[in-house]
Amino acid sequence: MIKFVLMVNRQGQTRLSRYYQPVELGKRAALEADVVRGCLYRKKEECSFVEYKDFKLVYRHYASLYIVVGITESENELSVYELVHNFVEVLDKYFSRVVSPIMFNMDKVHIILDEMIQNGHVVETNHSRILAPLSALDTLAHS
Amino acid sequence: MPAVSKGDGMRGLAVFISDIRNCKSKEAEIKRINKELANIRSKFKGDKALDGYSKKKYVCKLLFIFLLGHDIDFGHMEAVNLLSSNKYTEKQIGYLFISVLVNSNSELIRLINNAIKNDLSSRNPTFMCLALHCIANVGSREMAEAFAGEIPRILVAGDTMDSVKQSAALCLLRLYKASPDLVLMGEWTSRVVHLLNDQHMGVVTAAISLITCLSQKNPDEFKTCVSLAVSRLSRIVSSASTDLQDYTYYFVPAPWLSCKLLRLLQCYPPPEDGAVKGRLVECLETILNKAQEPPKSKKVQHSNAKNAILFEAISLIIHYDSEPNLLVRACNQLGQFLQHRETNLRYLALESMCTLASSEFSHEAVKTHIETVINALKTERDVSVRQRAADLLYAMCDRSNAKQIVAEMLSYLETADYSIREEMVLKVAILAEKYAVDYSWYVDTILNLIRIAGDYVSEEVWYRVIQIVINRDDVQGYAAKTVFEALQAPACHENMVKVGGYILGEFGNLIAGDPRSSPLVQFNLLHSKFHLCSVPTRALLLSAYIKFINLFPETKATIQEVLRSDSQIRNSDVELQQRAVEYLKLSSIASTDVLATVLEEMPPFPERESSILAKLKKKKGPGVVPVSELEDGKREGGELNGGGDRGPDSAMSASNASTPSPSADLLGLRSAAPVSAAAPSAGSLLVDVFSESGAALSPLLRLSEDLAPLCPRRDELLNKFVCKNNGVLFENQLLQIGIKSEYRQNLGRMYLFYGNKTSVQFASFSTTVSYPGELQSHILTPLPLNVQTKPVEPLVEGGAQVQQVLNIECITDFSEAPQLNIKFRYGGALQNITLKLPVTINKFFQPTEMAATDFFQRWKQLSQPQQEAQKIFKANHGMDTEVLKAKLLGLGTALLENVDPNPENYVCAGVVQTKSQQVGVLLRLEPNAQAQMYRLTLRSSKDTVSKRLCDLLAEQF
Repeated sequence: MIKFVLMVNRQGQTRLSRYYQPVELGKRAALEADVVRGCLYRKKEECSFVEYKDFKLVYRHYASLYIVVGITESENELSVYELVHNFVEVLDKYFSRVVSPIMFNMDKVHIILDEMIQNGHVVETNHSRILAPLSALDTLAHS
Repeated sequence: MPAVSKGDGMRGLAVFISDIRNCKSKEAEIKRINKELANIRSKFKGDKALDGYSKKKYVCKLLFIFLLGHDIDFGHMEAVNLLSSNKYTEKQIGYLFISVLVNSNSELIRLINNAIKNDLSSRNPTFMCLALHCIANVGSREMAEAFAGEIPRILVAGDTMDSVKQSAALCLLRLYKASPDLVLMGEWTSRVVHLLNDQHMGVVTAAISLITCLSQKNPDEFKTCVSLAVSRLSRIVSSASTDLQDYTYYFVPAPWLSCKLLRLLQCYPPPEDGAVKGRLVECLETILNKAQEPPKSKKVQHSNAKNAILFEAISLIIHYDSEPNLLVRACNQLGQFLQHRETNLRYLALESMCTLASSEFSHEAVKTHIETVINALKTERDVSVRQRAADLLYAMCDRSNAKQIVAEMLSYLETADYSIREEMVLKVAILAEKYAVDYSWYVDTILNLIRIAGDYVSEEVWYRVIQIVINRDDVQGYAAKTVFEALQAPACHENMVKVGGYILGEFGNLIAGDPRSSPLVQFNLLHSKFHLCSVPTRALLLSAYIKFINLFPETKATIQEVLRSDSQIRNSDVELQQRAVEYLKLSSIASTDVLATVLEEMPPFPERESSILAKLKKKKGPGVVPVSELEDGKREGGELNGGGDRGPDSAMSASNASTPSPSADLLGLRSAAPVSAAAPSAGSLLVDVFSESGAALSPLLRLSEDLAPLCPRRDELLNKFVCKNNGVLFENQLLQIGIKSEYRQNLGRMYLFYGNKTSVQFASFSTTVSYPGELQSHILTPLPLNVQTKPVEPLVEGGAQVQQVLNIECITDFSEAPQLNIKFRYGGALQNITLKLPVTINKFFQPTEMAATDFFQRWKQLSQPQQEAQKIFKANHGMDTEVLKAKLLGLGTALLENVDPNPENYVCAGVVQTKSQQVGVLLRLEPNAQAQMYRLTLRSSKDTVSKRLCDLLAEQF
């Protein structure tokens, strides 16, 4: 299963974190710093899967944004790797430009992520279904 | 598309976020946040009632602050208020806050539960989804109690919306994982399996996660999912890329769903039904075929999605391990990936091939890729890929390619990353030993290993090479020659000096004929390294010198000269000084015969526990020791050579064992071996030697004794403390550990007393408590026991005692005991002791008194087979009534009188208190005095508890 999803900028600041298994607040910062160190300094030709403690990190980066997913053994690395891309495509579709607005629309990014992953499991991959609640919300706001 | 800030965009929040983003330093950020927190606090405390919008805005700010990594200790109540709002945005922020911030034992749960209940019955699908998300995220026991009955109903009801079904499935999964006892199987279970047939792919995707988890726990009940999964998979695999429009990802139909289906099938053995199996094999073949087809898109997303399915299919093929044809095809496919330009694919292919190598059908096929893998080890730029390549080489190694693989791994070691060297060294050592046909190759390999990566060669590795050389006559001469050559290097690793000293001390005579390695040359060579070595190595070398005196009388004068020098005989290190004094005395007083006996060549080491018997029989010849006696001897150690009259044979073996030092250095490791167990009688022999000559004797004795604990074995130790809380936990020549403990409910406090039995200070004294598997399990999964302690003082003076307090909290039931590791330096040598702490599940018992009727009523309630654990066993101790009663009381339960109709029987009741739950336990012990047997029955609401208690108690009576 998926343990957590992190969105981190190039400076290593966490922009979004979602944990699917409880981690104490005090340990989160250390974990995030560690994870980011593990991924940020990797070169392009190195592989996108990093062993970290007893689980794996799958990461992908877009311009100055890194997305890191922690997974257990029971998850397929490549499918998670593409899941990240799918997530970015959905964000792209909704916000047209992904990178900057994340901080301003954290609630919406959370809604999108929650539609795709619940409890550490993939539940929905279809773009329009993922965006359905948000679209409903927007029509509501405009009317 | 909506603009970034809209009507409900909460301007205040946007401003705040901009401020934070513009902060130049951490301090400025903290200042800005504290200002905002003060503002929000005053708003929440103010007299004016806040409207929904403001509440939402402030809660959202708090959430943002929390996500930046600052703790939030207020606002929960306001968030809960938002839950009952009718506006989606307000409700959503409320739920988000609670999902992220509220932990499962908050006192707000009751209020939250109320709001959830309202939303679940609202029939508004978006509200229902929010509520279900929240349960899934918090997942506390109280929530499970409130909703575990309701959610299966929502999940399988005909009129539930698809999106609600998806959330309900994941919600139920969470509840089942957190509180399986509350999610009762029932009529819904069969209908859940049929969700695999649901029209909506999203529902299937969500349901599979639930079904996979349920099938892992109850495989039989969910067996029907196999055929359904196969038919679903088959429909996806055979569909054209346009069929599943919404769920096609870069021309690949439903990649995530396919992966999950293949993963679900890995919970089961191959389908028995021929038709189903045929269909599945067809699917797998199609997937393998598609990999060979030209890609439908040049995009990397396309090939990644396709390969995700392919790797999952290969995992399934490996899991079945029954279709040679598919296995070989999988291997060929992976072989192609080994040379792919995508690093990710090379990495995954190496990893997957590692598991394939262990299948008998594909082992040969995997071996054909050896050159590619070796190349990967040499040329990959990413260390994690190289690591995989090394793993694969290890996995594919067998007798036919061992020499090549070991050679490649050795040459890789010269440049290997520090992070993986130690593991590589062990792997090389294991392979070299496992596949050695020719032991000179083995010796070369290990010596090379020490030369190349000496720092990473652990003691076990060099002990092992010595054991093998000692045990095999045919390699001894070669070994002596090789170490002699290796020691010629101007700088050689200390481990090499150790091996060299040991081997030349034993077998230097085999190469002494050659003038280039005459005795004196050998000695000078060894002695030239002496000053560069640490104390333990010097001690070993001194022993090698005394062995030289025996092997080559012509070196006696030179060596005595060395021993007599101030730097030896007055060395500040006690151990070295003692050896120098004793060896000098021994060499000058003892006659050649005595010397030859004492310093005789080492006897072979026992190969393994299991082969000790055969080896002894062979060595002693038939009839010397009856087999039964040998078996006793194996258990009791010292018995073997201790009893009655001994022929010259056993006297010799005794003297062998006590050969002063090198044996002590090596045997210290293997306390169970009978050779070292002969130490006491060996001691008496030495006493004779020395009483004749009137020299001091005590320290020499210590050399041959190893530091094995005087206490019973570790598991026995655990058993000893099941029914009592105080006593001596451990004792050896150096250290005694006393223990005192007390328990209340799910908490315990344990006092450990470390007593230094020697007159010398222990330095760098440190203790660590760990729970087995702690390293593997990550912080994300809590351990069943929480043990807190403060470090002890690093110095323990001679004769002193230090105390350490452990606070123990039982989170959930457990079967492994925590481990205590103690490290300290004694006279320069590092001592390392690992013990199990006697913390067992019964320590958290609270006694429960109850009347006979209550007892039997509860007994009947716990009648499911998994709730009961039973054992029938022979009495290990006397069957005295009072002793039994004392033990049962010591256990922590209440001993119930006048309950069992048979007065001979004992019944007890208690509750195991853990933080997460309380488990009621009933116990019945039925002695049969005639047969000297007991029957022990335990019933509790949790199967693991019954089982563990039964195992623990069966050892007690």
